[in-house]
Amino acid sequence: MIAAAEPTTTWYLLLSALLFVIGMVGVMIRRNPLVMFMCIELMLNAVNLSFVSLAPRVANIDGQTAVFFVMVVAAAEVVVGLGIIVSIMRGRTHATVDDVAELKG
Amino acid sequence: MLAETLTGPEIPWLDLGWALTLLAGTSILLIVGAIVPRWRHGLYATFTVLTTVVSFVFLVVLWGRVTDDGMASAISKSIVFDHFAVLSLVAVLVSVFLTALVTDGFLRREEYDGPEMYALYLTAALGASVMIVANDLIVLFLGLETLSLSLYLLAASHRRKTESQEAGLKYFVLGGFASAFFLYGIALIYGVSGTTNLLEINGTLRGSIDVNTNDALLLIGIGLLIVGFAFKVSAVPFQVWTPDVYQGAPSPVTGFMASAGKVAAFAALVRVLIVALPSRIDDWQPVIWVLAVLTLVGGSVMAVVQTNVKRMLAFSSISHAGFILVGVEASAHANRTDAVSSVVVYLFLYSVLVIGSFAVVTAVSGRGDGATSLDDLRGLARRRPVLALALTVFLIAQAGVPATSGFIAKFGVITASVDAESYALAIIAMLAAVIAAYLYLRIMVSAWLSESSDESAVEIPRGLGLAVALCVVFTIAVGVYPGWLLTLADKATTLLGA
Repeated sequence: MIAAAEPTTTWYLLLSALLFVIGMVGVMIRRNPLVMFMCIELMLNAVNLSFVSLAPRVANIDGQTAVFFVMVVAAAEVVVGLGIIVSIMRGRTHATVDDVAELKG
Repeated sequence: MLAETLTGPEIPWLDLGWALTLLAGTSILLIVGAIVPRWRHGLYATFTVLTTVVSFVFLVVLWGRVTDDGMASAISKSIVFDHFAVLSLVAVLVSVFLTALVTDGFLRREEYDGPEMYALYLTAALGASVMIVANDLIVLFLGLETLSLSLYLLAASHRRKTESQEAGLKYFVLGGFASAFFLYGIALIYGVSGTTNLLEINGTLRGSIDVNTNDALLLIGIGLLIVGFAFKVSAVPFQVWTPDVYQGAPSPVTGFMASAGKVAAFAALVRVLIVALPSRIDDWQPVIWVLAVLTLVGGSVMAVVQTNVKRMLAFSSISHAGFILVGVEASAHANRTDAVSSVVVYLFLYSVLVIGSFAVVTAVSGRGDGATSLDDLRGLARRRPVLALALTVFLIAQAGVPATSGFIAKFGVITASVDAESYALAIIAMLAAVIAAYLYLRIMVSAWLSESSDESAVEIPRGLGLAVALCVVFTIAVGVYPGWLLTLADKATTLLGA
């Protein structure tokens, strides 16, 4: 019998860090604004995982309640973000951020 | 019964009157604005201005209460009222007041007059105020997002201009990116200290100073938090978004971003560093030092090659952020006396200067808000001598010439830095001021010495003219008689719990 390894807080923290990095790399290398936006949401939810997994460790529920606030913020961000993306991409067939480059200097 | 045992925190409604006024103002603008389709000309702006005035009255009352009863925390210690907070709040209200005046003529010229932008100014101000009074990292995050989301929309609000849309998109993506870092920092600090309350974080960290087990997590947390802040205040190397967003956003909005956004982010940064993390000064103080140097030098040097006035002012705002960081760095030293108050004075004076500058740019930019290159400014002295004179006052004040408010601001932070025996930084700051002067000189030369290619008249709407006049009077009045402001600021030297 192989003893199943008991997952500890550290596992969850590492997973959350991994998800955060995936989101971060996604924002940096992807060129579709929608995908970049999804990557930002991934980063926020990675942090949520950190919050919930840290809460039992420090023995209070502040971390769990923080998640609700973050979810509300993420939802508000969706509304604003999609509004901006839709208004800028209307009339453009191929939506990449490289096409939107009038400001430079 | 569960319901009987649950008692909510006590809420000091009167002390929160300023915030409730902003909230009420937003709601009325949006609801009544939707029901009654077209308000009379200038009524939206007038209403916004009145809202800020009422809010200001509440703040005066609050200032008196803080003076009489001392600093206090409220709503389960999630927010605090101290002189530093009230003075920063006044700076935010002044920004909204002046920006609303500037926006009125702008919106009518661009033909999209409506309540939306004013409502967004008020929600942005509400978010900024929450950041300023926040004594809890989650509350701070909520304020930051309220401010940021409003600013993203404001940046993208010029519907017929693709530059504005692009600015909104860039600001949104990079802002959301930075918010995620900021939030991760909060999570890690929570994991180490077991709380998100600034005062309690300090209590826990102070107690565990010898225990090294958690330090890696904590240091990463502090680092991520500072990255988030550095983005919001556009410190080098996190400034890449600033020139693009400042150039693309509608001109009055740019002034607002540079003022209210910076006030809130810096006030929150100071509070987090000084109240929650004083036991880790040795860890974050060098980081702030490096950021300050990079921002001072980077902002001034990169501005030299620019040819668009809005971009130049964006780099100037980066260099100003460097000066404010000098004040923040000084507050890390043990013998800080008035470093914290020098920061809030700088923020206050800079807010007025930057809104004044962008008001002039708004007037010059003309229909379509596009004429913002140095060439478009040529011959302004001939076309509109008074406007050119006002622009000159704002620019020499930003350069830090004596007898203007900019001098008082720069003098304050550099004195604080010298008092804190941070001599190297003080010297770098003074050198950066000299380099930055070249940038302001270039704009002035363009306005005064070059011949104009087009002789079209520059229109100055009434509200915009009033705002510019108020800014000029304030700039010179504070430069000549700084005493009253410094007396007020003297009270803001300590934060609750620091």
